[in-house]
Amino acid sequence: MKRVVHYINQFYAGIGGEDKADQTPLFKAELVGPGVGLAKELEGKAEIVGTVICGDGYYGEHTDEARAACLKMIQDAKPDLLVAGPAFNAGRYGFACGDIAATTAAELGIPTVTAMYHENPGVELYSKKTYIVPCADSARGMGKALKGIAALAGKLLSGEKLGPARLEGYIHRGIRKNFIHEKSGAERAVEMLLKKLRGEEFRTEYEMPKFNKIPPAAPVKDLKHATIALVSSGGVVPLGNPDHIRVSSAESFGKYDISALDDMTAQNYESVHGGYDRVWANEDPDVVVPLDVMRQLEKEGVYGKLHPIFYTTTGTGTAVAFAEKFGKEIGEELKNAGVDAAILTST
Amino acid sequence: MTREIENAAGIPVVQIATIVPIMLTVGANRIVPGVAIPHPTGSPELGKAGDKATRRELLLRAFKAMETEITYQTVFE
Repeated sequence: MKRVVHYINQFYAGIGGEDKADQTPLFKAELVGPGVGLAKELEGKAEIVGTVICGDGYYGEHTDEARAACLKMIQDAKPDLLVAGPAFNAGRYGFACGDIAATTAAELGIPTVTAMYHENPGVELYSKKTYIVPCADSARGMGKALKGIAALAGKLLSGEKLGPARLEGYIHRGIRKNFIHEKSGAERAVEMLLKKLRGEEFRTEYEMPKFNKIPPAAPVKDLKHATIALVSSGGVVPLGNPDHIRVSSAESFGKYDISALDDMTAQNYESVHGGYDRVWANEDPDVVVPLDVMRQLEKEGVYGKLHPIFYTTTGTGTAVAFAEKFGKEIGEELKNAGVDAAILTST
Repeated sequence: MTREIENAAGIPVVQIATIVPIMLTVGANRIVPGVAIPHPTGSPELGKAGDKATRRELLLRAFKAMETEITYQTVFE
């Protein structure tokens, strides 16, 4: 019989509520709380060999210690699979379930399953690192959640290949598998378009990432005295690409002193961008980073001063998370340097 | 990147690029449409003088964009 360890918090263990949230990790070689119902659902497929209990407050405030202690208890029980929760819409419990499930999967190499309400912050943090069964926002949905966990756990333990997340009943992990479809991409795209035009439901095969919007910053009040910075994702770098910025899927940006430079030419700068035809950019990088005319306008007094540092990266195949990280870091530097505005060029 | 610079620095960031719907999607607030994907700030086919004139016009429009008070994403045509 396959062995399952169950992780729950102090509340579902019957120890107490918020007043006992500082409960340190403990192991019981028995079914506790929702484990009773889970064991019934798993009957014939697996047996719950023990329960790890930890207070949500303790896990959240002493995460490193809690994680290490819980992992040790789980490892000692030699499970084939870990179930954590369900956490419903409890934020700290969701964090703890996601964290211990992700850690156990990574450290012990066994499948781990938890269940959460789709808005639980644990979903965004851990959906790529463990299997999260979507469930209701409160314990009223316990029965259904346990059924969903048990069905997925049974499949994972059997070693059968998993189908798409929506059919297997978990929140997708961002994993795409290749297979031969009976219809070509063109046919499928046209079918989707027709459905969209008819106002019918359709399912995209490639979800767009969700982007945030922010309120616009206040305008520049005094252009004649403003310092303006140049930033680009067009892959323009000093000749030879000294910092080895990737030609695509960049994980870094470069910053270069242009205070002594009036013009980007084929002799001092080049484009390494792997996502567009670089013929024009390499003949004259100003067509991507408008340094020459910025200098001219600076001399004419149209604006105050060109910021001496130019920031650059490659914006093709670059992960949104990296682009946002570059933006934060560059933004901090511009702020500290007292820059008033920036012009960002993209290809 | 545009959005996060604007957010972190609290300064207007004008984005010059060619595919306006992408800039709108990723959250750029002040948008100046560029000339073409491989040369957003130039018109190499117009020769040296024409190329610079294009660049000058775009940058003056970018300055106007950063001087303009806006409440939502705006394309400066």
